[in-house]
Amino acid sequence: MLKINNLCAKVGDNEILKGLSLEVKPGELHAIMGPNGSGKSTLAAVLAGRDLYEVTGGSVDLDGIDLLDLEASERAREGVFLAFQYPIEIPGVSNLNFMKAALNGKRAHRGLEPIKAKDFLEKVKECSSLVELDGRLRDRSVNEGFSGGEKKRNEIFQMAMLEPKLAILDETDSGLDIDALRVVSKGVNAMRSPERSFIVITHYQRLLEHIVPDFVHVLSNGKIVKSGGKELALELEEKGYDWLKEPSHDTSNA
Amino acid sequence: MERIDEDKLIDEVTGKNYEYGFTTDIESDTLPPGLDEDVVRMISAKKNEPEWLLNWRLEAFKVWSEMTEPDWAHVEYEKPDFQAISYYSAPKQKKELASLDEVDPELLKTMEKLGISLEEQKRLSGVAVDFVMDSVSVATSFKEKLGELGVIFCSLGEAIQKHPELVRKHLGTVVPQRDNYYAALNSAVFTDGSFCYIPKGVRCPMELSTYFRINQAGTGQFERTLIVADEGSYVSYLEGCTAPQRDENQLHAAVVEIIANDEAEVRYSTVQNWYPGDKDGKGGVFNFVTKRGLCHRAAKISWTQVETGSAITWKYPSCILKGDDSIGEFFSVAVTNNKQQADTGTKMIHIGKRTRSTIISKGISSGHSQNSYRGLVQIHPGAENSRNFSVCDSLLMTDTCGAHTFPYIEVKNPTAQIEHEASTSKIGDDQIFYCQQRGIEEEEAIGLIVKGYAKDVLNKLPMEFAVEAQKLLTISLEGSVG
Repeated sequence: MLKINNLCAKVGDNEILKGLSLEVKPGELHAIMGPNGSGKSTLAAVLAGRDLYEVTGGSVDLDGIDLLDLEASERAREGVFLAFQYPIEIPGVSNLNFMKAALNGKRAHRGLEPIKAKDFLEKVKECSSLVELDGRLRDRSVNEGFSGGEKKRNEIFQMAMLEPKLAILDETDSGLDIDALRVVSKGVNAMRSPERSFIVITHYQRLLEHIVPDFVHVLSNGKIVKSGGKELALELEEKGYDWLKEPSHDTSNA
Repeated sequence: MERIDEDKLIDEVTGKNYEYGFTTDIESDTLPPGLDEDVVRMISAKKNEPEWLLNWRLEAFKVWSEMTEPDWAHVEYEKPDFQAISYYSAPKQKKELASLDEVDPELLKTMEKLGISLEEQKRLSGVAVDFVMDSVSVATSFKEKLGELGVIFCSLGEAIQKHPELVRKHLGTVVPQRDNYYAALNSAVFTDGSFCYIPKGVRCPMELSTYFRINQAGTGQFERTLIVADEGSYVSYLEGCTAPQRDENQLHAAVVEIIANDEAEVRYSTVQNWYPGDKDGKGGVFNFVTKRGLCHRAAKISWTQVETGSAITWKYPSCILKGDDSIGEFFSVAVTNNKQQADTGTKMIHIGKRTRSTIISKGISSGHSQNSYRGLVQIHPGAENSRNFSVCDSLLMTDTCGAHTFPYIEVKNPTAQIEHEASTSKIGDDQIFYCQQRGIEEEEAIGLIVKGYAKDVLNKLPMEFAVEAQKLLTISLEGSVG
């Protein structure tokens, strides 16, 4: 499904990803952990096509498509979904209209007619119940005036609506209380299927108690330095990251 | 049939006018460039106007001759040469084109994006179509319906002939001849425009749109509109149409006057998309408009405008809240792109007790444009317990454009309540990326964000207008994020 090979990326002169490789097979859930500044969020943004980052080397292949060759919107239409760490507010644009535009964009890409109003509303009902997002939030402007937890639930709602092939969750657990964490995790677990892959980026093992990964990777200084099963997360929780850190050879960073 | 009759009528009128001693060296129905008292007399005579109107025009001309063009607005342009303009051109059939192939492809592209039907595209760009017959029948049934209610809706020229007492009673009572430079010029040389009268207690059942005033197109550079809503009546008036207008007149100086009698309500909506000039700002329309309404007791006037066109816009639709408990509203979206310059806003003059006004202005600037909001809220000494609420927001699309706010507030009564909010923001890369990540393409994302930003104003437009106005916003800003 997804093959990342030796990926390098920078912002300005600052190299962040330094030869990252990762393979994700259909239906797998990979957790990516690592200390602050290790490049976790950069990886998410680069995969989603944020042009703030310059890819300087390597390749990303999604089911035979060169992902790096596509615009952000095209990647989304090919089935890449990013749940943002900090979801963006768009005043005056209702959540539902936003989803309708997104869904129809994706449908147009597949040569389908715009979705019928009735089908759309049924889908909205189904997906919003998944994350206990009430009607009031659905009808409001995108993320405007939402609490932190509501924003994260809205991300999972959108994910359910768009049914991605590859879902990337960027620190979805940050800023969530235990109840919200449970709701969000329930939504993600309901979405797991043999065809859908997940990359879950997180700082803490806590999330992985609710969303159980098939693999855990540790990212440090722009590379994956250790991979293992779900038990690796527990080990990290106990020992921290320091024992895994690669000494930095980048003098500008010293 | 009606069309032919009207053409005949025009021929008759203009033909007859020649007998009134016009200089016979004029070959066409267009006067040579230049403006003096004789030109004013000629215009009045061509239109077969009564003497009081001629005198009114002459007074205006005299006043105008002594005035100087204002330069306080935040716009820069080369002042037009008023002696290089021809002030009269008889309404005549535009040159008909044989097919759409002869129409500017750029224009067609825009119309297509606006979702204007093929037939309509032909009509708007002057291609000969059978469609006209249809349009006549629609317009006729429309006129019949209005007639039953006693609503008068016709060209100002026609009103001067058929309802001179109504015109005479109200013309210039809200925007007097000497009001300002452009209003004085308009008063002297106005060619035509619309006239509406809504009788006492009548709620006009349909939107009055200039669109239906067929065969009255080409009212030219100096349009004058007069709307009178009698006691307790209601009317919603739509000015313009959202089709792209490639007007060849560089200077437009229109006047709109609204009189809302006791407890009457007038909603006036405009969508303006005149030619803004090319990317360097060459060749666009100068739009210098005076729009003002007078509210009597418990009357209400709402101005809603979506301005996307013209090279220079100088426009301040205003309300004089003379009667107690009267209400004035101004909702505006002004978009400037490339080298466009807009200086627009409103004046709310509170004279009566418990008068209320609301101002919502949303500026959107892109390219190298300059977009200014200029507003005055004036509370007179007698305006006990009056209130104003203003919001002036600016959205910047590039680093090279400018947004400016000039709010003036004058309060002479301590019981007044004034609230003013203002904000300036730049369209966020992160907002655009968020949309893109959901599968929405960049252009569509920008459209979505801008429409969201302008929603409070777009919601005030009548339904069918709102849809086209939204599309227009998107088109005006195409390729504008930098």
